[in-house]
Amino acid sequence: MSISRSDVEHIALLARMRLSEDELALTTDQLAGILEHIAVLQEADVSDVPPSAGTLPPIDHFRPDATAPSLPPDKLLANAPERDDNYLRVKAVLE
Amino acid sequence: MTTPTTPTEPWRWTIAEAAEKLRAKEISSVELTQAHLDRIQAVDGAVHAFLTVTAEAALAEAQTADARLAQGRDLTPLTGIPLGIKDVLVTEGVTTTAGSRFLEHFVPPYSATVVQRLRAAGAISLGKLNMDEFAMGSSTENSAYGPTHNPWDLERVPGGSSGGSAAAVAAGEAMGTLGSDTGGSIRQPAALTNTVGMKTTYGRVSRFGLIAFASSLDQIGPFTRTARDCASLLQHIAGYDPKDATSLDVPVPDYAAMLTGDIQGMTIGIPKEYFVEGTEPGVVKVVEEAIQTLKGLGANFIDISLPNTRYGLPAYYIIAPAEASANLARYDGVKYGLSLRDGAADLQDALMTTRQAGFGAEVRRRIMLGTYALSSGYYDAYYKRAEQVRTLIRRDFDAAFARCDAIISPTSPTVAFKIGARVDDPYAMYLSDLFTIPANLAGICGVSFQGGFSDGLPVGVQLLGQPFAEGTLLRVADAFQRVTDYHTRWPELAASAPKPKATRTKKSAGKGK
Repeated sequence: MSISRSDVEHIALLARMRLSEDELALTTDQLAGILEHIAVLQEADVSDVPPSAGTLPPIDHFRPDATAPSLPPDKLLANAPERDDNYLRVKAVLE
Repeated sequence: MTTPTTPTEPWRWTIAEAAEKLRAKEISSVELTQAHLDRIQAVDGAVHAFLTVTAEAALAEAQTADARLAQGRDLTPLTGIPLGIKDVLVTEGVTTTAGSRFLEHFVPPYSATVVQRLRAAGAISLGKLNMDEFAMGSSTENSAYGPTHNPWDLERVPGGSSGGSAAAVAAGEAMGTLGSDTGGSIRQPAALTNTVGMKTTYGRVSRFGLIAFASSLDQIGPFTRTARDCASLLQHIAGYDPKDATSLDVPVPDYAAMLTGDIQGMTIGIPKEYFVEGTEPGVVKVVEEAIQTLKGLGANFIDISLPNTRYGLPAYYIIAPAEASANLARYDGVKYGLSLRDGAADLQDALMTTRQAGFGAEVRRRIMLGTYALSSGYYDAYYKRAEQVRTLIRRDFDAAFARCDAIISPTSPTVAFKIGARVDDPYAMYLSDLFTIPANLAGICGVSFQGGFSDGLPVGVQLLGQPFAEGTLLRVADAFQRVTDYHTRWPELAASAPKPKATRTKKSAGKGK
């Protein structure tokens, strides 16, 4: 499977990445190169092999339904680029 | 052979030696900490292991440790010991960048569980260590703050992504450090810098406060100069944490007590797939010599096969970027970190401008690759298949560990390479992790220890073990260190302290540029 320039443009949008013309060309080349190496995966015999999303045994952790102190808003919002009282400010999503 | 006399410079001591001297009141923690701060001052201009040195806080912590030592209360083998922390672990009130421009001014509101645990044990934090941006890389060249240099040859990389953590220990700037290992990011730099580095079993150590790269693969682990010191650090960071749902409630054994020096009758597997063309002959030679040494100590060796090894690297380069593409979606310029919103047309425009400026080339490449692997039409061919291959790799290890207690291999196919040598070829860089990646995919533990040298450069030997067999691996590494002296050797750098370069970037805590 090869990757085209328009594929890369599409993925860049999905990933919210802006690429310059030069970066677009370079990224297409580099991703194509990496995918070529990765193609060896298609040779693996995976028939009837279940996928592993992780390596843990199935676990469920339950905690007691008890209240505990959380970090105060001022501390949590100290890194906010822009805040309004205890809210984060962003550009308008809907006009 | 252990050195008959303890060296005079405190930064040359092991953690075990220093702990003894602290208790005997031969040195105070303040003096020990100051000795390391002086060492950082002397050599870090050339090495650039640290991104942030918290000198004042370290000395204050050392005073508290001295009070504990004076009273003889709550003492642990780490009380008063100066350590360093990879900058991917959040530290309350101390800038945490993850090597990224995105987090240049990020001051976390809390500390990672492992950081809290080390502090509770009385350890001192000297500061934060350089790394590839968001732990993506094998050379520390992807740091937004400039590369770390290998103390054994300043023109070479220290490996990565935990290159700062490795170099700091190798150069005597810290007695031990913490790193993170997603595909080899602790073991490979340990191998390249003549240190011990351990990737713990998935679930052994809490990841709460670890800035996420690939959540099903990331694990935190220690760097030290000896297996014994590694055991001390592991002892304090291991264990269940209610704040990390993927940490497992499995009892933590007394690791130091497992270092008996006795490996008589232990069976170690030699996987033929890890001794293949492409590995430097000097590396193979060192590993073969290590096998002979361990045979001399009574270990049995058997040939084993891990037939799906060749699929490990490609599967990893689907799974890790896929998880990264999701994890790094949080860097949106809204909650924290870089935000370039002035002049942006709308939210999306601001988001894209911010992400373009905040992420370096490798991070962007991996986000793109991961997004592609997860995108409609490609999911089955890439992501699902990679996760099926992951099952095959786990089965390989299960079958192998039915026959042996540990698996031995080179850690890295090469010794440290020159800075710049692989930057233009992403896949050549990825090959650095050929032998370390399968352990992450399978969730098992692994350690790299000092096997010897090839043309004056360190070679690491990797031991892989079953889940929660960290103690077994450390027992083998410790037994090896009892009869060899590679781990006691220092780079030339240690003898002559070079002058700090003028190109230093950030050094102070809590503030960016």
